[in-house]
Amino acid sequence: MTQNPYLWLIPTLPLAGAAINGFLGRRSSKTAVTTIALAFPGLAFALALKIALGFSSAAAPYGFELAKWIRSGPLSVDFAFYLDQLSLVMLLVVTGVGFLIHIYSIGYMADDPSYYRFFTYLNLFMFFMLTLVLANNYLLMFIGWEGVGLASYLLIGFWFTKDSAASAGKKAFIVNRIGDFGFLIGLFLIIQHFGSLNFADVFSKVTPLSVETSGAGVLTVIGILLMVGACGKSAQIPLYVWLPDAMEGPTPVSALIHAATMVTAGVYMVARSHVIFERAPMALTVVAIIGTLTALFAATIGITQTDIKKVLAYSTVSQLGYMFLACGVGAFSAGIFHLMTHAFFKGLLFLGAGSVIHAVGGEQDMRKMGGLRTYIPTTFTVMLIATTAIAGIPPLAGFWSKDEILWKAFEANPVYWVIGALTAFITSFYMFRLLFMTFWGDYKGIQVDDHGHAHSAHGHGDHGHGEPHESPMVMLAPLMVLALLSLVGGLVGIHHGFEHFLEPVFGGEFPKAVSEGSGNTEWLLMGISVLFAFAGLGLAYILYVSKAYLPEKIAASLGSFYDAVLNKYYVDEIYAKLFVKPLVDGSNSILWQGVDRKVIDDTVNNAADGARQVSDEVRHMQSGNLRSYAGWIAAGAAVVIAYMIWKGIGQ
Amino acid sequence: MVPLSYYLVLSGILFACGVTGFLIKRNIITIFMSIELMLNGVNLSFVAFAAHWHVLSGQVFVFFVMVVAAAEAAVGLAIIIAVYRTRETLNVDQVNLLKL
Repeated sequence: MTQNPYLWLIPTLPLAGAAINGFLGRRSSKTAVTTIALAFPGLAFALALKIALGFSSAAAPYGFELAKWIRSGPLSVDFAFYLDQLSLVMLLVVTGVGFLIHIYSIGYMADDPSYYRFFTYLNLFMFFMLTLVLANNYLLMFIGWEGVGLASYLLIGFWFTKDSAASAGKKAFIVNRIGDFGFLIGLFLIIQHFGSLNFADVFSKVTPLSVETSGAGVLTVIGILLMVGACGKSAQIPLYVWLPDAMEGPTPVSALIHAATMVTAGVYMVARSHVIFERAPMALTVVAIIGTLTALFAATIGITQTDIKKVLAYSTVSQLGYMFLACGVGAFSAGIFHLMTHAFFKGLLFLGAGSVIHAVGGEQDMRKMGGLRTYIPTTFTVMLIATTAIAGIPPLAGFWSKDEILWKAFEANPVYWVIGALTAFITSFYMFRLLFMTFWGDYKGIQVDDHGHAHSAHGHGDHGHGEPHESPMVMLAPLMVLALLSLVGGLVGIHHGFEHFLEPVFGGEFPKAVSEGSGNTEWLLMGISVLFAFAGLGLAYILYVSKAYLPEKIAASLGSFYDAVLNKYYVDEIYAKLFVKPLVDGSNSILWQGVDRKVIDDTVNNAADGARQVSDEVRHMQSGNLRSYAGWIAAGAAVVIAYMIWKGIGQ
Repeated sequence: MVPLSYYLVLSGILFACGVTGFLIKRNIITIFMSIELMLNGVNLSFVAFAAHWHVLSGQVFVFFVMVVAAAEAAVGLAIIIAVYRTRETLNVDQVNLLKL
């Protein structure tokens, strides 16, 4: 392992930014806050670039131990960092996209009264995310894991005076705790069986183990537990419910945390643990099935949503499902590839949506938009690029990664491919639906809104929205960079270039059957998925542009099924009935009224009451009345004498 | 010769009278006199034993008791007079400033 003393600086720089803005931001000028907020993540990005440019596969992996942390018997855990090809990709995505979103936020959050607080949280998030990505052991990764959860909670509930935002934050945190529980148990099992949490140690001990083909061994259990953790963070069935609600946060947060970086942490963790998963086929199958189901399930919900951010949220859940599917069929590099391209185009989509929302004065309902392409042409262009990219139309980024995943899925099991391709069709449909509803047709929003308070919380109140207007340059520039990346980001995947780059991490002892002979099949599948993408586009065009009266008819003819999808399959309601209500009722009646009040409170109160009653009686002995004392003495003496006499007679 | 038990019974009766007086009387001078009565009851048993066993130490003890009782009477009466001057009563139940 090559030492690289700069590694620890990358996470620490944003932490310094968060600390400075957090402690001094309230009293400093906005310019100062902006400078600090941009400088530190910017420096981290520059450093990441420097490391990337000096990166050589021969010298990899790089490492650096900052400090010793836990020494407990045979277990030792350090504050140590680790950089290989996989973490390098993550590092560049997190710092790069993160930095762009920081720039965008300057424009988006410009009028927010808690400007400094926002950037404090955002820098804090960068610190934890980079810790997660660069950790060289599971425990440090877990710290980052929990930390991004905290940052996510703080940023979802950023406008905490709004009740829905506050409860969305809580929901995200609690649902993530369920996943973290599984992750933690998985870590305990790793300690128990391998005596270490260090990636290198654990994997070198796992490598000689044989594949658990029959039945579930310890690796399968560990794998499934890790996956439970990943399901929470990466919003997979059954723990995806927090992500759509997380859209209560500011839009840059949705872009950074809930699309580009944090939610992909689960995919990263599964890919990082690929040594374990490769030897636990059953766990891998579970990952693949959950991924496939999530991809389809979330995509269908996405069709019916009318809130522009909700559509993107369900789209994110669905795309994360793709990444899980890729990991589940053993194509980890394809999953990471999609993670990267997804960070580009989904980050762009969210930021573009933010620009749209900004343009129409805070409105998020697509039914009140329309015709925006003439008002905000730049935003429209980048949104068009991003939509084309996510729909999987070549040669944009999404096509390459999605095609790679579908191909690998087909090799594993054609059923995965069928569902995946269907999802690709649905994805293309709902994304172009979003585009057409927003940018085509006539503008249906409020024309004159002197107060501009469609929702004052977003702080754009002073603009006096006459008609939709383009966002400032500080917001558009990051959009253009991301648009460029969405255009060409996929090209690194040509000739399996990306896969080869990651080969030192994923390849090696488990050679994937790259069956060159089936090249024709690959071309055929590619053709079909592109066809599906265009079919989705066409269908969306028919339904939302040329025959815009049709969707309502279709919805009406589907009846209760449409209602179910519109209401997100009533999953939230089912969870509320199944888990939340029993928990709240049980806590109320058993734990609070029963245990707390009847047992604990009453024990304490009764003890106190008893002591007081006894004292109340005994206190009369200490009357201060000398004569009663004398009386007691005389009586006591009389008793003693009587006893002695009685004894004397007895003798 | 009068047997020892007669003396002892008389001594006990005297002591009991003293205790009773101490317990039931309110007037502080009466209480004081009751204490003297108890002391004298004890003194009587001392001298009775001394005569019975032909040992002088009992009689010596009685002298000690009488000296202490005299000193106590001097101090006690002084206190009683001081109390009467300030409180204008000799009833112990009304001399209760230190009680809670």
